[in-house]
Amino acid sequence: MEKVFVLGGGVTKIGEHWSKSLRDLFVEAALKAAKNSNIELRDMEAVYVGNMSSGELQGQEHLGSLMATWLGIPGVAAVKVEAACASGGAVFHQAYLAVASGVYDCVLVGGVEKMTDAVVHDVTAALIMADDAEYTAFTGASFVGLNALVYRYYMEKYGVKQEDIALFSVHDHKYAANNPYAQYPFQVSLEKVLSSPLIADPIRLFECAPIGDGAAALILCSERFAKESGIKPEVEVAASALATDTISLVDRDDLTTLAATVKAAKKAYKKAGVEPRDIDVMEVHDAFTILGVIHLEDLGFAEKGKGWRLVKEGEIEKDSKIPTNLSGGLKARGHPVGATGVYQVYEIYQQLTGTAPNQVGKAEVGLAQSVGGVGGTVVVNILRRVR
Amino acid sequence: MGISAPSVPRVWRERIIKYRLLGSKCADCGKISYPPRKACPRCGSTNLVEISLPKRGKVLSYTVIRTPPRGYLKYSPYIIALIELENGARILAQLTDVDPDEVKSGMVVEAVFRRYREQGEDGIIEYGIKFRPPIT
Amino acid sequence: MKPSKSTGILGYGVYIPVYRIKGEEIARVWGRSKAAIPIQEKSVPGLDEDSITFAVEASKNAIQRAGINPEEIEAVYVGSESPPYAVKPTATVVAEALGISPRLIAIDMEFACRAGTTAMQSIMGLVASSMIKYGLAIGTDTAQGRPRDELEYTAAAGAAAFIIAPHSSENIAYIEGSYSYVTDTTDFWRRDGEVYPRHAYRFTGEPAYFHHIYEAAVGLMEELGLKSSDFDYAVFHQPNVKFPVRIAKRLGFPMEKIKDGLLSNIIGNTYAASSMIGLAAVLDVAKPGERILMVSFGSGAGSDAFSIVVQDAIEEKRRLAPLVRDYIEKRKYIDYAVYARYRSKIKTR
Ligand SMILES: [Zn+2]
Repeated sequence: MEKVFVLGGGVTKIGEHWSKSLRDLFVEAALKAAKNSNIELRDMEAVYVGNMSSGELQGQEHLGSLMATWLGIPGVAAVKVEAACASGGAVFHQAYLAVASGVYDCVLVGGVEKMTDAVVHDVTAALIMADDAEYTAFTGASFVGLNALVYRYYMEKYGVKQEDIALFSVHDHKYAANNPYAQYPFQVSLEKVLSSPLIADPIRLFECAPIGDGAAALILCSERFAKESGIKPEVEVAASALATDTISLVDRDDLTTLAATVKAAKKAYKKAGVEPRDIDVMEVHDAFTILGVIHLEDLGFAEKGKGWRLVKEGEIEKDSKIPTNLSGGLKARGHPVGATGVYQVYEIYQQLTGTAPNQVGKAEVGLAQSVGGVGGTVVVNILRRVR
Repeated sequence: MGISAPSVPRVWRERIIKYRLLGSKCADCGKISYPPRKACPRCGSTNLVEISLPKRGKVLSYTVIRTPPRGYLKYSPYIIALIELENGARILAQLTDVDPDEVKSGMVVEAVFRRYREQGEDGIIEYGIKFRPPIT
Repeated sequence: MKPSKSTGILGYGVYIPVYRIKGEEIARVWGRSKAAIPIQEKSVPGLDEDSITFAVEASKNAIQRAGINPEEIEAVYVGSESPPYAVKPTATVVAEALGISPRLIAIDMEFACRAGTTAMQSIMGLVASSMIKYGLAIGTDTAQGRPRDELEYTAAAGAAAFIIAPHSSENIAYIEGSYSYVTDTTDFWRRDGEVYPRHAYRFTGEPAYFHHIYEAAVGLMEELGLKSSDFDYAVFHQPNVKFPVRIAKRLGFPMEKIKDGLLSNIIGNTYAASSMIGLAAVLDVAKPGERILMVSFGSGAGSDAFSIVVQDAIEEKRRLAPLVRDYIEKRKYIDYAVYARYRSKIKTR
């Protein structure tokens, strides 16, 4: 297996890009990634496009060919990768496999989602496609609603108060305030979170990742490519692991654990040769506050039912035990669904190269977790600084 | 766009499962699933038999959908619950005839035949099982 | 109009939605005098209900009481004036939902508020001729009254289902005979494509309701050689409270004999289900050996009269499904605004 390096990346600001289309966003991120990596897009052997809902929201599929065309490199191998909200993590996984296998030496991997072309009820309909259309979406459940079921169950099972879980949103906003490409770069108080409108009880608006447009891209290459091009890569992909779980909550014995996170993390830690305590910085997929708390547990940083304590006791702050979501997380950096997993890897890349907006002191190993559906797919990617 | 491609055959194909709550039971690990399937989601066994599911159960968790997907605006806000049926099978369904502040985790509910969705004002009506507090 | 072989009722069931609106709440909106409110309150279907969902629930209760496998049912006749589809049968949905085998005679019937009892009569014929063993007759409606109209106070929603079987001690009652009386009398109608019905005000009384019910009841009693004093209970179609009380008096039934089956004051006029729910309420309390007269009325116009004698099996089967009273007691009051929403009277596009 070949070693896989991250040469560089680029992202767009996340927000309501009324004047930019799906392809505009992707091209913008890809060009930035190429520039930051000192490389020409012409050198790409393959393009991987992560996206969830272009078919539903733009009436556009076949993103591999579309983006290759608009990047000016038709002819390149190119495909779309979809795994609901984990599309970003999954596309990185596929690109990693392509280079690790030795088939390609240099690839562009990006994620893009253009959500604001549609009104909220259409976006809600598109997002619930992450679950079983015939037996879950049929009931009228929204994606927020499914997470609300987990939220209530978690609170009742472990006797945790909403105010302790909702803190995750306050945490995210605190760091987003300093992130130039975050969708909501401002702080919020816990009172504001808890008094925001109910979306799906008990989940309130300020506990949900927003709807936004954005794209992120990275250039990955093999050791051979780096050597031949005379590039000294700074960051290596230590592991990329993907696991699935039942697509719907009804088939699960435990509602408060994302088994796919546990499985993917175990594989990734093993491959990277690290343990949770070796992780210096991480980005977790907190599409809702409750998920942030559950991820801290499932990734091995807290016992079940106690993840919220890490947040409350300051253990996930910048200069503490396990700095988490220093980008602002899904809640405040934003969550352009199919792009989010790529943003996360880019953010870990920034931390390892000392270029992050909320830079930790010293980071050797970083982790990014990307979740699709209610944990139907989870990707755990671990990056390491090249010494 | 929205609820994609309203389909008549799809509704027809699923009608009996949805009208009568059919499930399957794994002969190896005992897991009961709704809807019925060919492979057990818990143990992977293909030794499954189709069964009729009980019409009573209890609420494991619930939520109130206030921002519904396209196609469900008419009914919003409505309650979605994860229900454990009397034989342990779990099903996601709407609760009906009950206000959100009357719902509690653990409450007993029974199946009732209701409308779920309409494919527009001139399209077909999709029916299925919801749950409500028992009449008696 | 008595079949050569006797038939009976093996099971019965009703459905009444939980929502109610009070007459005075409707009167408040239209500034109507309290003295002019015809009934106390009426039932209102929820947003996810229609005459199909009603029919399924009422039939489920009937099958539960009958104690038979749904696959043994060979006919489903549904009487309604408010089917959710103008074209596409209700009977098929009901049959599939209940697990009734496709080897089935199934049809929807329409004759205003009389369609449900005509369904019973038709099933009686099929059973008596041995063409089928068990048949399901349903009356189900979610009636719409034009805002501000007299009927808005009474047009209600409910369903009743009866399983008709060959005469046997298993039956909760046997049917002695029935009699129908029909003329072309247009007292109430709804043209194709119209949402709300129209009616001919006082013309709906004497030439329509009273004449048809009287003729059917008297016709039945004459054919069976019975007098009103031979009956322990009488149930009439109940568009309001006034009409059934008046016709009972005219036919010689004291209040005592109609009160158990007279529900219009608290559930409204449930149209095709009206007299059938009344009959069910009587079966909920009647003792073996008691005789019941039921007469429906459907505008347009016609009446079906039945003489029904309760059997011993009632005692055991009564409690196998919810009673009419259970549905009446389980209620939630809504105001006119919510009522307007539930009945799709508010434009959202
Ligand atoms: Zn199994």
